Amino acid sequence: MQAASFLEKEDPLQRAHRLAKRRVALLFYESSTRTRTSFELAAKGLGADTTLVSALSSSIEKGESLKDTGLTLRALGAECIILRHPNSGAPYLLDRVTHLPVLNAGDGMHAHPSQALLDLRTILHRLRPEHTNAEIDESTLAGVTVLITGDILHSRVARSNAELLPRLGARVILCGPKALLPESASEIGPGIAIERNFAHAMHSAQVVMMLRIQKERLAGLELNLDDYIAHYQLNAERLAENAPRALVMHPGPMIRGLEITSEVADGPQSVIEEQVRHGVAVRTALIARALDAMPESVST
Amino acid sequence: MSSNDVNRIWIKGGHLIDPTSKTDGPRDLLIENGRIVAVDTKLNANPRDVQVIDATGLIVTPGLVDIHVHLREPGQSYKETIASGTAAAAAGGFTSVAAMPNTIPVNDSVEITRWMQAPERDARARVYPIGAATVGSLGATLTNYEALRDSGAVAVSDDGKPILGDETMRAVLRAAATAGLPVIQHAEDTRLTGGCSMNAGPLAFRLGLRGMPVEAEAGIVARDIALLRELDDDRAHLHVAHLSTKRALDHVRAARQSGLHVTCEVTPHHFVLTEEAVDEYDTHAKMNPPLRAVEDRDAMIEGLLDGTIDCIATDHAPHAAHEKDQEFERAPNGITGLETSLGLSLAVLHRRHGMPLLQMVALLSARPAALLGLAAGTLAVGATADVVLLAPETEWAFRASESRSRSRNTPFDGWSLPGKVSLTMREGRIVHREDPSVRQP
Repeated sequence: MQAASFLEKEDPLQRAHRLAKRRVALLFYESSTRTRTSFELAAKGLGADTTLVSALSSSIEKGESLKDTGLTLRALGAECIILRHPNSGAPYLLDRVTHLPVLNAGDGMHAHPSQALLDLRTILHRLRPEHTNAEIDESTLAGVTVLITGDILHSRVARSNAELLPRLGARVILCGPKALLPESASEIGPGIAIERNFAHAMHSAQVVMMLRIQKERLAGLELNLDDYIAHYQLNAERLAENAPRALVMHPGPMIRGLEITSEVADGPQSVIEEQVRHGVAVRTALIARALDAMPESVST
Repeated sequence: MSSNDVNRIWIKGGHLIDPTSKTDGPRDLLIENGRIVAVDTKLNANPRDVQVIDATGLIVTPGLVDIHVHLREPGQSYKETIASGTAAAAAGGFTSVAAMPNTIPVNDSVEITRWMQAPERDARARVYPIGAATVGSLGATLTNYEALRDSGAVAVSDDGKPILGDETMRAVLRAAATAGLPVIQHAEDTRLTGGCSMNAGPLAFRLGLRGMPVEAEAGIVARDIALLRELDDDRAHLHVAHLSTKRALDHVRAARQSGLHVTCEVTPHHFVLTEEAVDEYDTHAKMNPPLRAVEDRDAMIEGLLDGTIDCIATDHAPHAAHEKDQEFERAPNGITGLETSLGLSLAVLHRRHGMPLLQMVALLSARPAALLGLAAGTLAVGATADVVLLAPETEWAFRASESRSRSRNTPFDGWSLPGKVSLTMREGRIVHREDPSVRQP
């Protein structure tokens, strides 16, 4: 977090010397707007040459394996690969076969670590501004309750936040219907609880994080969208009644009118655009760290 | 191996463990023309006309029997051949293996069943084919069980493709009972396991992998038992392949107590490992059924100790490196097992859980042989001379790179195991002999 702040404020010309002409590959097997663009801007901001390989315009379409794609990028001089992949655990494979630093830009349902870090930075700026440029530890978020609502089952964002935030002292409440939130979710780590009643869960939350309903993953699940909206949509009345001071977050992309209404997404409690902004700073720090180009003044 | 020409062999000074005669003590074995002709504490033979094998300090057991292997031939010889798979078997102490029919094409015919047993396959262990229960293992039309049986098939199964339809399974059980063949079911309700790649539970959730619930196995076992009961035919025999859950084991235990002919096997990996082995998406810990939770693993050990589980079978499933070197969800299921089964059984069942050697050897020989009605797994006078000599105290390091199998997909690479096989004999012929430069851990 300190590195992100330092690099964000650094003179752009100086920053661009840190990774001048070094090669960073973005390997994207899934579509992405925010994550891809912010990783790319982050790498370019550090002076790196970037190249984007996406599944549909490369030999991946011809059946080239992840292993061979990784080895090819390495042979072309990539020193770091940023990977977005539909299979959980794919970054571990790429790391094993290339021995390059691999940054996980989202793998299957498993993890989206840079999203959790930018969510953390957003929360710190709003709720713990004194910590944004200082050390953080296991009690920095003590007393903060983060409510994550929606399709937890398929969400790598939920998993990464549920792993990260309790480490800093936050309490995480997961909320959603059984079809999207199995009981075993609370056993993935300490500091995580399940609450099925959305309104009730909102009362104790300082942060209300909504997740996209992934329509493409709903086949075979018993989920009625009208029911879902009736019970779990974040709308203005619900927010005003149950959590009038909470921050409203969403990792995007949003389906307005489904999990969240436009009124709330664009309303005064929403920090959704701030999240996106923090993404560039956090990813700049991640790339600098992966390639040993961290500012000396920052302890990592 | 020119000494194989000698047709009298005296295995001298060993400690014999033979489950069928309940022998657990010093005995010599005399073999003539591939058959056991004498078993005694003190044999007298003229050393001039007999080949003497010194078994001092070694354990002598029947050749081991594995009733669940995938030899990949015909069709996938890049993974394994009958020759390479049975070489791995011999190295692991196995002289009899039953080969599953999911070859390419599926072994649903007399022709393939015979082809697999032909001398040209150069098998070191005897290969007993298991015929497909339905044509192409597609779950629709039954194969000809009498014809398969008469050409050497010892059971029917659609292993890997569970028989889900009640009507089909009912017909399979009935026809197999008439033919006198066991039905081996891979118990998995695939309607509950689509897209799944490990055991269901908190770990699968954390790793973002879809999990196979315990009910997917237990439900099919319960359904099959109900169909067997309803069939009410004493000849019918249901065998549950690679059982992995406590709940399914409880169904088998209850069915047996009510007098039904239900048997089951468990693999070494299901009584040694748990789902934790998946760790950082290690595809060598991906198999079907998946590695389960600790309580299931412990139930497998308990079932082996109390006799509910009839035998140990490896589900030896070779895959090429490029197939396992993939994203976890895309990699194929299965691991090799023939060379590690005995060592893992000794380490976990005998040493850690105190299972008597006589009982452990029975689970690897006499009991699986009896289950499929094979003339194997015994050292009785008159029996085929399938014999294993084992150095019980020798610790050795299993190296996948030195495996006789064509494939290297094992989670046990580098494990230190007890009990080195020093010699394997099939029908009086030595089919494996330990390399004297054996690597110590």
